[in-house]
Amino acid sequence: MFTILGIPGPLLFGQLLLGVINGAFYAMLSLGLAVIFGMLNIINFAHGALFMMGAFVSWMLLNYLGIGYFPSLILSPLIVGVFGLVLEKTIISRLYKLDHVYGLLLTFGLALVIEGLFRNAYGSSGMPYRIPDALQGATNLGFMFLPNYRGWVVLVAIVVCLATWAIIEKTFLGARLRAATENAPLVQAFGVDVPRLITLTYAGGIALAAFAGVLAAPIYSVNPNMGSSFINTVFAVVVIGGMGSIMGSIVTGFGLGVIEGLTKVFYPQASATVIFLVMVIVLLAMPRGLFGKAV
Amino acid sequence: MLEVKGLNAWYGESHILHGVDFEVRDGEVVTLLGRNGAGKTTTMKSIMGLVPRREGSVRYNGTETVGLAPNFIAKAGIAFCPEERGIFGSLSVSENLMLPPIVAPGGLSVDEIYTLFPNLRERAGTSQGTKLSGGEQQMLAIGRILRTGAKMLLLDEPTEGLAPVIVQQIGRTIREIKARGFTVLLVEQNFRFAATVADRHYVMEHGRIIDMIPNAQLEANMDKLHDYLGV
Amino acid sequence: MTGFSRVQMIGVALMVALIVLAPSVLYPVFLMKVLCFALFACAFNLLIGYVGLLSFGHAAFFGMGSYVSAWTIKHWGITAEVAILLGGATGAALGLVLGWLAIRRQGLYFAMITLALAQMVYFFCLQAPFTGGEDGIQQVPRGKLFGIVPLESDMTIYWLVAFVFLAGFLLIHRIVHSPFGQVLKAIRENEPRATSLGYRTNDYKLIAFVLSSMLAGIAGGTKALVFGIATLTDVHYSMSGEVVLMTLLGGLGTIFGPVMGALVVTAMENYLAQFGAWVTVTQGVIFMVCVLAFRRGIIGEIGAKLKVTL
Repeated sequence: MFTILGIPGPLLFGQLLLGVINGAFYAMLSLGLAVIFGMLNIINFAHGALFMMGAFVSWMLLNYLGIGYFPSLILSPLIVGVFGLVLEKTIISRLYKLDHVYGLLLTFGLALVIEGLFRNAYGSSGMPYRIPDALQGATNLGFMFLPNYRGWVVLVAIVVCLATWAIIEKTFLGARLRAATENAPLVQAFGVDVPRLITLTYAGGIALAAFAGVLAAPIYSVNPNMGSSFINTVFAVVVIGGMGSIMGSIVTGFGLGVIEGLTKVFYPQASATVIFLVMVIVLLAMPRGLFGKAV
Repeated sequence: MLEVKGLNAWYGESHILHGVDFEVRDGEVVTLLGRNGAGKTTTMKSIMGLVPRREGSVRYNGTETVGLAPNFIAKAGIAFCPEERGIFGSLSVSENLMLPPIVAPGGLSVDEIYTLFPNLRERAGTSQGTKLSGGEQQMLAIGRILRTGAKMLLLDEPTEGLAPVIVQQIGRTIREIKARGFTVLLVEQNFRFAATVADRHYVMEHGRIIDMIPNAQLEANMDKLHDYLGV
Repeated sequence: MTGFSRVQMIGVALMVALIVLAPSVLYPVFLMKVLCFALFACAFNLLIGYVGLLSFGHAAFFGMGSYVSAWTIKHWGITAEVAILLGGATGAALGLVLGWLAIRRQGLYFAMITLALAQMVYFFCLQAPFTGGEDGIQQVPRGKLFGIVPLESDMTIYWLVAFVFLAGFLLIHRIVHSPFGQVLKAIRENEPRATSLGYRTNDYKLIAFVLSSMLAGIAGGTKALVFGIATLTDVHYSMSGEVVLMTLLGGLGTIFGPVMGALVVTAMENYLAQFGAWVTVTQGVIFMVCVLAFRRGIIGEIGAKLKVTL
């Protein structure tokens, strides 16, 4: 067995992989938060709860309707996205003229309601979600065994993050989004239906969170608290990256996952807090965040 | 074509427009003159539906637009070029140009816009719209609304802060688009510039229209105008 | 007491009377819980109501105050009032550090940073040996007041808790109505303007933050003594959410709102405790209803009806 810096190779690479996977979830969640914040000026506290909902919907699809993992990957984000659409239309849109903290408070309440309802229905212990047959097993990479499903998650997450980036930075729809983030009234005065754009943005960000939830279901057990354990860390990720840049959110998310993984190897006691420590350092050195614009 | 009657507008508690009345006929270039704070920009924004609260009547080709959201007013065929130009820094020059949706047939093609503003063609690849010079940004701001097919253009101080040679080019552009059948409502501080492009001038004070001077009678009314504008 | 209007004086008198009379009707332990949370909520309200800062990490100060009071009285055998003051000092010291970091950003970022920093404190408490991890610090003695008066009887410690609450309540009132408090309000209304008037607004915000976290620490320490236990629940972010809920429901920026909010939320939780996660659902619904339709809160609405500031 080979070692690196006195650490057995498999342990190091194993933790690094875990770190990249966590980082993939940080990236997908902070991406959605950043896009929603840009358009709605709301910190969507319910993001973790909707991530959890994505995992639960895929679990329900499987156990109640016999719909498997791959269709769920599309269906669950669609279902939760429609839920987000209804939320924006009926509730969140009432907040745009108020102080921004009300958006935080409202979505915090929303998160409590969603999590509480799922806890009532399914308890807190969590339920397993089987890895689909096609992605069972592991591949020998020479220096480590890569469980196929984990490799799949990393790959898909990177593709989805880059696709989101491309849609926002490279397409016509993305140009409208960016413009509306800068000056929504003017974009509306050009004839763009900005309220609809806002609704779609919220639903899109939510769908992204739900998609992450489906990916997470076979890795973590499906349980009502899986979102809230993520979301606090994701807020730190968002503070570190700043919410001004899409690519910034992606890079920060993955990077912090890796840092967390390495900490687990070299100083496990600090692995839960290392992201927050990074946040402290970033706050001291560059208060706007690594990729932030003035807010 | 555009008929404004008893238009009132408020920002929060402050009542800015107190019953503005005027009209712009098909194919005309009409200016709103007046001192700072007279309500010219607010009038434009009220026509576009960009003020928090407005009352009164703004009819465009017979359709009442007060009560419509800004995007529907734009779709009706009114296009707006704001003060400060409203160029988006997160959009490239060509994205800025293509941003406003087409609302009707008959707009200029991108090629025609580049013919009108040759500088823009050279700068089309610029990654941030706000990296253009002030004059280029103004051309972009006017160019992008010519594309949409809207026949009624609202231009808010298009010459503000620009070099004389650019101001002349803007003037040529306005005469050119008038010749193409567009109707223009122009807000101006600079009435000498206004005189070179406009058919009629409305003078605003304290949120009301207080006078109308046809361009042909401008010379004869110079004293009165100086008095209105405090120059 | 200067600074109170006539109506507010009546309110204070009524509140004191209720505090004195209530234990003959209601369980003192329940009332002490309400008073501890009321002080916690008043401390939180000092920030959001008078400086406009939404801290989503106040559980850190409450919880650490609770741990330190519990640990010191259990292991050092110090007197009750010293243990509570140590809880306050802990809150203040922690508030100085976290506040110093958080005030670098404003608005929603401030809320997110306080949340994240408090989460760091939570993980610290989860791992640090002195907190007892998942078990918490249990069987904390109530000790003796000034080393003389034993506090084992619920009614005796009740008067101590009532005193601590009233002292904190009046202190906040003094702060808000001092020249310092006027500057805080100016910052809330328009920070750039306050800066341009020559106030070092960050210093003011930090001092307010430290005062608020100190009182939160005192509230936590008092609660640890009353219940004889300090656990992770006290530092968990849902505790931060709870204090936001109490203040929002009672009325942001009102004097009596946080007290009313603490009473209603604590009573509701006691009543709903048997229904499991419905507590969470109910809290969430209250949050949403408050934000959508009831932003002035209970006391704020009453004040608006009576056309007085409460």
